[in-house]
Amino acid sequence: MSQNGTFKPVLVGFLCNWCSYRAADLAGTSRMGYPATLRDIRIMCTGRLDPTFVLRALQQGADGVLVMGCHPGQCHYQEGNYKAIRRFALLKRVLRQMGLEDARVQLHWASAAQGVLFAQTVAQMTEQIKALGPLDWPRHWPDEDPFARIALAMQEDAHE
Amino acid sequence: MSDKRVGVYVCHCGHNIAGTVDVEHVAEWAWGLPNVAVSRDCQFMCASLGQDMIEEDIREHGLTHIVVASCSPHMHEKTFRGACERAGLNPYLFEMANIREHASWVHPHDKDGATDKAKALVSAAVHRVLQQQPLEPLQVDIRPETLVVGGGIAGIQAALEIADAGFPVYLVEREPSIGGHMAQFDKTFPTLDCAACILTPKMFDAGAHPNITLLTYSEVEQVDGYVGNFTVRVRRKARHVDESLCTGCGTCWEKCPKKVIDTVFEAGMGYRTAIYRPFPQAVPKYPVIDTENCTYYQTGKCKICEKFCPTEAIRFDMEDEYVDLEVGNIVLATGYDIFDARRIPQYGYGRLANVFTSLEFERLTNAAGPTEGKVVLRDGVTEPRSVAIIHCVGSRDKNTNEYCSAICCMSSLKFDHLVMEKTGAQVYNFYIDMRPIHKGYEEFYHRILDEGTQFIRGRVAEITDAAHSPEEEGKLIVIAEDTLIGRQRRVPVDMVILAAGLEPRADAQGVAHMFGVGCGDSGFFTERHPKLDPVATMTEGVYIAGACQGPKDIPDSVAQGAAAAARILGVIFRKQVALEPIRASIDESRCSGCRICNTMCPYNAISFIEELSVSRVNPALCKGCGTCVAACPSQIITGAHFTFEQIMAEIDGILVDVHTAPPEHTAVEAV
Repeated sequence: MSQNGTFKPVLVGFLCNWCSYRAADLAGTSRMGYPATLRDIRIMCTGRLDPTFVLRALQQGADGVLVMGCHPGQCHYQEGNYKAIRRFALLKRVLRQMGLEDARVQLHWASAAQGVLFAQTVAQMTEQIKALGPLDWPRHWPDEDPFARIALAMQEDAHE
Repeated sequence: MSDKRVGVYVCHCGHNIAGTVDVEHVAEWAWGLPNVAVSRDCQFMCASLGQDMIEEDIREHGLTHIVVASCSPHMHEKTFRGACERAGLNPYLFEMANIREHASWVHPHDKDGATDKAKALVSAAVHRVLQQQPLEPLQVDIRPETLVVGGGIAGIQAALEIADAGFPVYLVEREPSIGGHMAQFDKTFPTLDCAACILTPKMFDAGAHPNITLLTYSEVEQVDGYVGNFTVRVRRKARHVDESLCTGCGTCWEKCPKKVIDTVFEAGMGYRTAIYRPFPQAVPKYPVIDTENCTYYQTGKCKICEKFCPTEAIRFDMEDEYVDLEVGNIVLATGYDIFDARRIPQYGYGRLANVFTSLEFERLTNAAGPTEGKVVLRDGVTEPRSVAIIHCVGSRDKNTNEYCSAICCMSSLKFDHLVMEKTGAQVYNFYIDMRPIHKGYEEFYHRILDEGTQFIRGRVAEITDAAHSPEEEGKLIVIAEDTLIGRQRRVPVDMVILAAGLEPRADAQGVAHMFGVGCGDSGFFTERHPKLDPVATMTEGVYIAGACQGPKDIPDSVAQGAAAAARILGVIFRKQVALEPIRASIDESRCSGCRICNTMCPYNAISFIEELSVSRVNPALCKGCGTCVAACPSQIITGAHFTFEQIMAEIDGILVDVHTAPPEHTAVEAV
């Protein structure tokens, strides 16, 4: 994660197809610069965000996760972002109990017309994560894949 | 996995990508990603050369999956899916990595960072594409009926175009008559055509057209369904007049004893009765009873209109009705609100009597308006001898609206002409910049200059009635810095017209939410693409036209109305559209019947099958958001093209170490 002593955080983004992904597109079209820290994944709606996606990203080495959707009241699917808010609150509670700093996993909104806001959000989160330093979860669980365990448990459930 | 062969193509996009991202290196590095059989870079992937390369590689090298790293999927996903399809590969076995909008264009000063990010995004796409499944697009039938919301000039134009092509249209209007803002105007720039003369024939055509069903004094309450098959619930507010009997003779409003200030059509400048028709050329011709002001509804006595109606058409017991419409496509042409000039208190509107808004002046100068077209002060008799027109009120101002309202320069010039023609008064324009940008507009500007109007360049600081000298006594003093001569000026005038800007309708957010369209920062509806798709929205089958999309004048509104109609006619003639097969499905053999997903779905697409104790998705209602997929505690709901496995693979791929050395690989001959 760190090269030549300077820490360059790696953030994973989950962007909804309709608002925030297009805000990111607009930031590009309008050449609004922001740090090259965010690697983004497009989902149709923040309502699709399975909390395990966030855990997986952290487990695979992300220093932070940024989830972005349409503004409340403007969801392309009417209320997917409200579902995301609820799930996010639960996820944050779990992460907090695990000792994860609040700034590591964030939920923000941007409409398709808010390229500037998108760029600002990424820049701001990058600064926050830089201040916190690397997360490096893979080093803490070197030999164990918690997902293998979950999958196994689910298989057992299915057989019952 | 071993039989899968992925082709990776990294686009230079001229210098757009290659100027920042080391494209050759990314393509070399991609050879090390799982199952990559071919990896190349190319100047322009979207050009026929690039597309041909994909097709030939699929045939030559037996590629089973394709990844193109170039621009946004919203730009060229369709292009490359087409190339795959032509070579016999299912288009859903293609994935795009967005290394232009999301990398090269936003990290121009961090070439290493942009290259690392591009590698991560390519890796994510390769990992993801290996999990992708062949899918078939969903074909849905298109109903030929169209709903047009808003009966202003944009909505009327859209309705007429579609109706003239032979298809049924429902035109819903909130007010008692169609016509919109244009019906309020006296003249139109730059030709000075009489607005009513050019609008009323169109209103009449819309009212009489056999293919148009007018639903005036009505509002859309609920929208369900999807492109081709929307169900729309419209509330028809009770007119209290039986349209089948009313002849529009006018006896009722002539006899009505209750006078009310008309804040809608007359912009507060005139009166109407409690039973009223907003203006003489109204379509339809039937009046409505305003129950909030009608004496009968307030006191239980009166009924004078009923007594005098020659056809016994008055119905005091009429109630709101709901109509359910089945339509294939929808045009939103809901228009704009005028900026409330009270929000700039230093301009004195609402406090200083002779400060008018542009809409008030339109009514003042309209021959059918409250003063029969006489330009007079608020006292109703005195002609002004000097008039100031303040441009950009509520526009181009960070305190109110940052955007330009587009029409005020020209409507102010029109006012200049009308004031001078009718009163001979001296007119002063306070402006920031003049922007007469369309055909004939600049010429009109020069004509008005030649007519002797004064232009003072500067934003007005204050309008006051506090006189500093005898000649300012009893006048309105406009205080502004004249930025061309660099001096503060005080200009005493009799009348001030505020060229108020255009704003989104107060309820635009709610309407946007109901129809599934977005709003931008300024609150106007967002088009699918600002340049190439100006009348479509993010929701298939819902189009926008006119000032609800952003401030625009009559010619542009008409053009958008016609453009939306053309788009819809194209879809109607095709009879079917292909939709993305991004839909949820439930593995019923593993469903526990917990019903958690049933309440999650905003479209009620999931129902519970009692006999089998399982839930089932209706693919016609499902829109593919994936909320149920994420909610299922057994993880047995699959969101096609966004499956758990696909997204997990993408996460793993996006976080691979991008600093590994590119592998040795067997060279692939150029095709």
